Amino acid sequence: MTRARSTAAAAAVVRSAGGGFLRVRRNLWDRLVVVACYMSVALVLLPLALIIWHLLAHGISGLSIKFFTHMPAPVGEAGGGMANAIVGTLIVVTAGAVIAVPLGIAAGVYLAEFGRNPFAGMVRYTTDLLSGVPSIVVGVAAYGLVVLSMGRFSAIAGGVALGILMLPTVIRSTEEMVRLVPQSYRHAALALGAPRWKVTQQVVLPAARAGIVTASMLAVARAAGETAPLLFTALGNRFWSTKLDQPIATLPVFIYDYARAPYDDWNRQAWTGALVLVLVVTLISGVLRVTARRVRSR
Amino acid sequence: MSLQSRRLPADEIYRGLLLAAATSVFLVVALIVFEAARGAGLSIRTFGFGFLTGTDWDPVADHYGALPYIYGTVVTSAIALILAVPVGIGSAVFLAELAHRRVGSAVSFVMELLAAIPSIVYGIWGFFVLAPFLRGAIEPWLIQHFGFLPLFRGAPFGIGILNAGIILAIMIVPTIISISREVLLATPQSLREASLALGATRAEAIGVTLGAARPGILGSVILALGRALGETMAVTMVIGNTNRITGSILDPGATMASVIANEFTEATGTLYLSALIEIALVLFAVTIVVNAIARVLVYWATGGKREAVA
Repeated sequence: MTRARSTAAAAAVVRSAGGGFLRVRRNLWDRLVVVACYMSVALVLLPLALIIWHLLAHGISGLSIKFFTHMPAPVGEAGGGMANAIVGTLIVVTAGAVIAVPLGIAAGVYLAEFGRNPFAGMVRYTTDLLSGVPSIVVGVAAYGLVVLSMGRFSAIAGGVALGILMLPTVIRSTEEMVRLVPQSYRHAALALGAPRWKVTQQVVLPAARAGIVTASMLAVARAAGETAPLLFTALGNRFWSTKLDQPIATLPVFIYDYARAPYDDWNRQAWTGALVLVLVVTLISGVLRVTARRVRSR
Repeated sequence: MSLQSRRLPADEIYRGLLLAAATSVFLVVALIVFEAARGAGLSIRTFGFGFLTGTDWDPVADHYGALPYIYGTVVTSAIALILAVPVGIGSAVFLAELAHRRVGSAVSFVMELLAAIPSIVYGIWGFFVLAPFLRGAIEPWLIQHFGFLPLFRGAPFGIGILNAGIILAIMIVPTIISISREVLLATPQSLREASLALGATRAEAIGVTLGAARPGILGSVILALGRALGETMAVTMVIGNTNRITGSILDPGATMASVIANEFTEATGTLYLSALIEIALVLFAVTIVVNAIARVLVYWATGGKREAVA
C-alpha cells in the first residue's frame, strides 16, 4: 500500500514538474510547509519555557535551608517549611521501589533472556498497557487493596500505588538493557560449561548492571512526582511521621493543598515546592538519561 | 535464544522464578480490575447502565449519573488533540526531516526531560499563570469576536474547560513528537531519495514520508489521547469542578479523573464512594482500549523496534 501511494505521489510530482506558474506555486508551498514546521517547534517550546521561567520566578524567593529543615507552620502563620513532606516522599517512593524494582528486574530479565515465545509477547503487551493506566485509577485500586484492608490511610498504601506505576517502566527498560549485552558473552560462558542460570546471573547481569540501575532510578524518579495516586492512599499529614502504617505527608500532595489554599504565603510555598520537585526529578532523570545513552552506545 | 544447553534442575528453577516475576504483570492488572469492579459493584447494581447516561450527580439525594464527567473528559481531550496534533506533527517533521541530526537529538532530549515534569506543576502554572491570562486577554477577545457561537458564550472565568484543554495539549505534545519522530526516522530512506530524485520539493518529499508513516503517527496521537483521558492533577486544578454539561468551552466543568481526585476523600456514603469507583472502572476500560489500539499501531509502524515507550 505504501509503495502504491508513494508511486502515485511521485507520478504527481513528475506531472507537475513543468510550467513556470506551477513551479512558483510548488516553491511557495515548499516554503510554507518548512516555515510551518519551524513555527510548530517554537509553539511547542514557548509554553514549556514559560513554565520553567515562572517556576523560577515564583519559586526561587521561598527557597532556603528553612524550607528543607522546618516543619509546616500552623494554619494562618507565615513561614515554615516542608521537611516532613520531603522525608515522607522519600519514604513512600522507597517503599514503592522496594516492591517494584526487584520484581520488575526479574520480569525484564525473563523477557530478554527467555522471551522468545508467545507468552512473553503477551507479557510485553500487558506491561505496555499497564503503563497506560491512569495513575488515579491505580490509586483507586491501591485504596481498595491496602487502605480498606488495613482500615486506614497509610504510607505503605502510597508505596503500593507508586510501585504499580513504576513496574512497567522497570520491566521494559531492564529488558532493553539486558538485550544490549553482546551475545558473545553468553556463548563464551556456555562454551566454558556454565549452566544457563549462572550465565545469566553471573555474566549477563553484571554486564548490564549499570544500565539496569540507571533505568530503574529513572522509573523511581518519575514516580516521585505523582500526586493523584497518593491523595487517598498516603493521604497527607501536617505532622512528622515516618511510620509505614500511618498517613504520611508527601511533597506533591503538599503542593496541591498549598496551591489551593487561600493564603498567599502558602501559594508561594507551593511554587517553591514545585520548583524543588522539578529540580529533583529533572536533574535526576537528566543525569540518568545521559548515563543511559552512554551505556546504550557503548 | 538459539543456544541449547543441557537441562539442569537449577536452570529450570531459575527460569521458573523469573517466569513467576513476569506473570506478576497479569496479576497486577487483574488486581486493578478486581478492586475496581468490587468497589463499583454497589453502584453498578443500583444504577445499571443508567449510570453512564444520567446527568444528575447529587450526593445529598444519593443519586449518581456520570454523564457530565464523561462529557468533560471527551471535550477537554478533544480540545487538547485539536491544539496538539498539528503542532506536534509539525515539530516531529522538523526534528526528523529538517533539523540537523544534532539539533534533532538535542531538542528530543529536552522534550524527554519536559515529559518528566510532574503534572501537579502544570496544574500550578495553569492555575496561577494561564488562568489570569485567559481571563484578562484571550477569553474577552473570544467572547467579543466569536460570542455569537455557543462555543464561546459566557463569562471569562479563566478557569474552565478551555484552560484544561490547553494544559492537556501542552502535556501530551511531547508524546506525539517523540513517537512520531521515531516513526518518521524508521521509514525507509529510499522513499525520500526517490521523491527528491524525481524533482520533488522538500515539502512534497515530506508528504510522501508522512504518508508512509501514517499508521505510526496515528498511533502516537491515540497514545497521547490515552494520556489526556486519564490526566488528573493538572486538570483538577484548572477546570473549576462543576458537574454541569454546558455547550461553552469557557465554562467550568469536570472530568472523570478530576471528580475522583476531588471527591474521593470527601465521599461519606458507601454508594457515593462506589459511584466514584465505578467512574474509575469506566476510565480504566476506556484507556485500556485506547492504549491497546495505539500500541498495535506503533508496533506495526516501527516494525517492533520500539522497545520501551515512555
